[in-house]
Amino acid sequence: MFKILNAKTLAENIFLMDVEAPRVAKSCLPGQFVIVRSHEDGERIPLTICDYDREKGSVTIVVQIVGAGSYRLSTLKTGDYIQDFVGPLGKPSELTNTPIEELKKKKIVFVAGGLGTAPVYPQAKWLYEHGITADVIIGAKTKELVILEKEMGSVSNLIITTDDGSYGRSGMVTVALKSLVEEEGKHYDLCISIGPMIMMKFVCLLTKELGIPTIVSMNPVMVDGTGMCGGCRLVVGDEVKFACVDGPEFDGHKVDFDQAMKRAAMYRTKEGRDFLKIKEGDSHHGGCGQCGGDK
Amino acid sequence: MDVLHKIPVREQEPAVRAANFEEVCYGYNEEEAMAEAARCLNCKNAKCISGCPVAINIPAFIQEVKEGNFEKAYEILASASALPAVCGRVCPQESQCEGKCIRGIKGDPVAIGKLERFVADWAREHGIVYGKRAESNGIKVAVIGSGPAGLTCAGDLAKYGYDVTVFEALHEAGGVLVYGIPEFRLPKDTVVKKEIENLKALGVKIETDVVIGMSTTIDELMEEEGFKAVFIGSGAGLPKFMGIPGEQALGVFSANEYLTRSNLMKAFDENSSTPIMRGKKVAVVGGGNVAMDAARTALRLGAEVHIVYRRSEAELPARVEEVHHAKEEGIIFDLLTNPVEITADEKGWVNGIKCVRMELGEPDASGRRRPVVIEGSEFMIEVDTVIMALGTSPNPLISSTTKGLDINKYKCIIADEATGATTKPGVFAGGDAVTGAATVILAMGAGKTAAKSIDEYLKASSAN
Repeated sequence: MFKILNAKTLAENIFLMDVEAPRVAKSCLPGQFVIVRSHEDGERIPLTICDYDREKGSVTIVVQIVGAGSYRLSTLKTGDYIQDFVGPLGKPSELTNTPIEELKKKKIVFVAGGLGTAPVYPQAKWLYEHGITADVIIGAKTKELVILEKEMGSVSNLIITTDDGSYGRSGMVTVALKSLVEEEGKHYDLCISIGPMIMMKFVCLLTKELGIPTIVSMNPVMVDGTGMCGGCRLVVGDEVKFACVDGPEFDGHKVDFDQAMKRAAMYRTKEGRDFLKIKEGDSHHGGCGQCGGDK
Repeated sequence: MDVLHKIPVREQEPAVRAANFEEVCYGYNEEEAMAEAARCLNCKNAKCISGCPVAINIPAFIQEVKEGNFEKAYEILASASALPAVCGRVCPQESQCEGKCIRGIKGDPVAIGKLERFVADWAREHGIVYGKRAESNGIKVAVIGSGPAGLTCAGDLAKYGYDVTVFEALHEAGGVLVYGIPEFRLPKDTVVKKEIENLKALGVKIETDVVIGMSTTIDELMEEEGFKAVFIGSGAGLPKFMGIPGEQALGVFSANEYLTRSNLMKAFDENSSTPIMRGKKVAVVGGGNVAMDAARTALRLGAEVHIVYRRSEAELPARVEEVHHAKEEGIIFDLLTNPVEITADEKGWVNGIKCVRMELGEPDASGRRRPVVIEGSEFMIEVDTVIMALGTSPNPLISSTTKGLDINKYKCIIADEATGATTKPGVFAGGDAVTGAATVILAMGAGKTAAKSIDEYLKASSAN
């Protein structure tokens, strides 16, 4: 059992939890994930780590309610216990094993969409702590759905864009990135994009055009998270990879997003879609491959 | 009484059990067990013992059953095997103890497995536990993995007095007994959980949700957490795929995923929050026990199920009993058949599996006759789900994060067969992590051997 030290709502249907998990906190690095099971009969939910405090032995996760499992997790409050919290899983971000001097020569841009802001944060923070301030683009549907603005702002050059123009720039993240490069004279050597699959797909199409190497973080359906089930397999280049042990980060220009989006839809049923509609409401704007919101 | 034939064991009717997840075999009652035990010739030079990987004194326990001394029979069993209720159910007896039984030369061998199961179940139902909690010597030993190898090793070490902690990556202890073998073959609550409770009663601690190699490493356990020795029983968990076109289509699963969803996550229960595909027509590729388990699970979830296997029936690696049960339940065997492609509809869902017919040629390295493709024999089987049950290989998470731990070309940990010692001092290994995918009983045997070696190793190092 893992104690929730702090639980708070960040936006409609998006919440944050600091969880006491000393083994995970001690060994995790940016880019890795955990699997969480809220209750004894709950689903195993993979969640990318948002932050960690090695001294306190705590790990921060940010969750969006997208189904029954995340909904049940959201009902737990500060002081409650999570049944299972296992990790860290997956490979750390490549940044963490690249020599700092090499990284300092690079101009890095992060492109975060919606909930993807949470896993981008520890990477931007890690770079900042190593003397590198990256540019971060956060995209959200509307002002109320921008999360971790203050935290991200303190470790990066932050650019916010909203689909409806209610806050920051107006339009999708790809519009902002294109403008930065083509009109505002920015040059980037590396792009790291985390968000809904459809967003990562379009970011990759753009960065390919712009000639910017791009890393994406994949979060497919999985069971164990240790390489056992093979449910999370993806086609990357001409190879089949398991997101849980070979990833979750991959070369975005090689990922077969269309295939990945189809696979993500495998367990979505009509019932599930109805549940999403009720529970997720306005915060959902595509990427699931099912709702048609991306079209 | 017909001494040439074994006492038949009562089972659920095939038509009934094909639609439920309750245990297929009911096992013997006291009278049946005693009658079957009377068939044992109590051979002086008992061949059956040599057929048992943990060398249970089989004639001795059977003689006690014959006399109705079930508690005494259990003591004999439990002194050699940590999990008799499990082994009685899942061991391939036909190629082990029963395969060597003299009765089998002319007639049926003694039903040793069913007798073992009867005694273990009787003991459990009567609350009899073997082995006492030893006085602790305070020396910490870590066991990685809570499957058959780890549980056996942990139990023996606890009986020697060590302070044992078992680390399990999943949220529930039991390893393959929980995630792999289905309920209808091995009941979880009554049998597996009970065995784990017995272990805890011996003082063994179990820490779930710890992935060694990720959450912490063997080096950290030994250098920072004070563990003086480590046993690795992490199994062979990585699924194999065929590498044929269409394998990424929706509705193609590894048997691991399919079985884990059903067994560990209880997806067979409509109330479970973890979903499973309920296909209408399922092809399971492979011929081992895991293939049979996946096929019979899919059948119980309402599908027409085909086993697709490239060799013939004689080469099926599954236990005879599993094949027999699968046939009785209506599984269709497409033998000498090999998939070459999985086809999908426009939405990406599986709609068929393209196969070729095979014939048997010369024996290959495994000694089995090599299947050869019959040219021009391509044909389609229409299915909506494909389950790949082609075997598994060890997970590199541990070997790649432990200094000085060598592996072979199959990624199996190198360990001395006689002692379980690896190339790293103080670290022992056994079970599928060493041998590649094998049986529960072989893993238990390795766990038992390693426990003894760990005891000797620690006694020797404390003497220095």
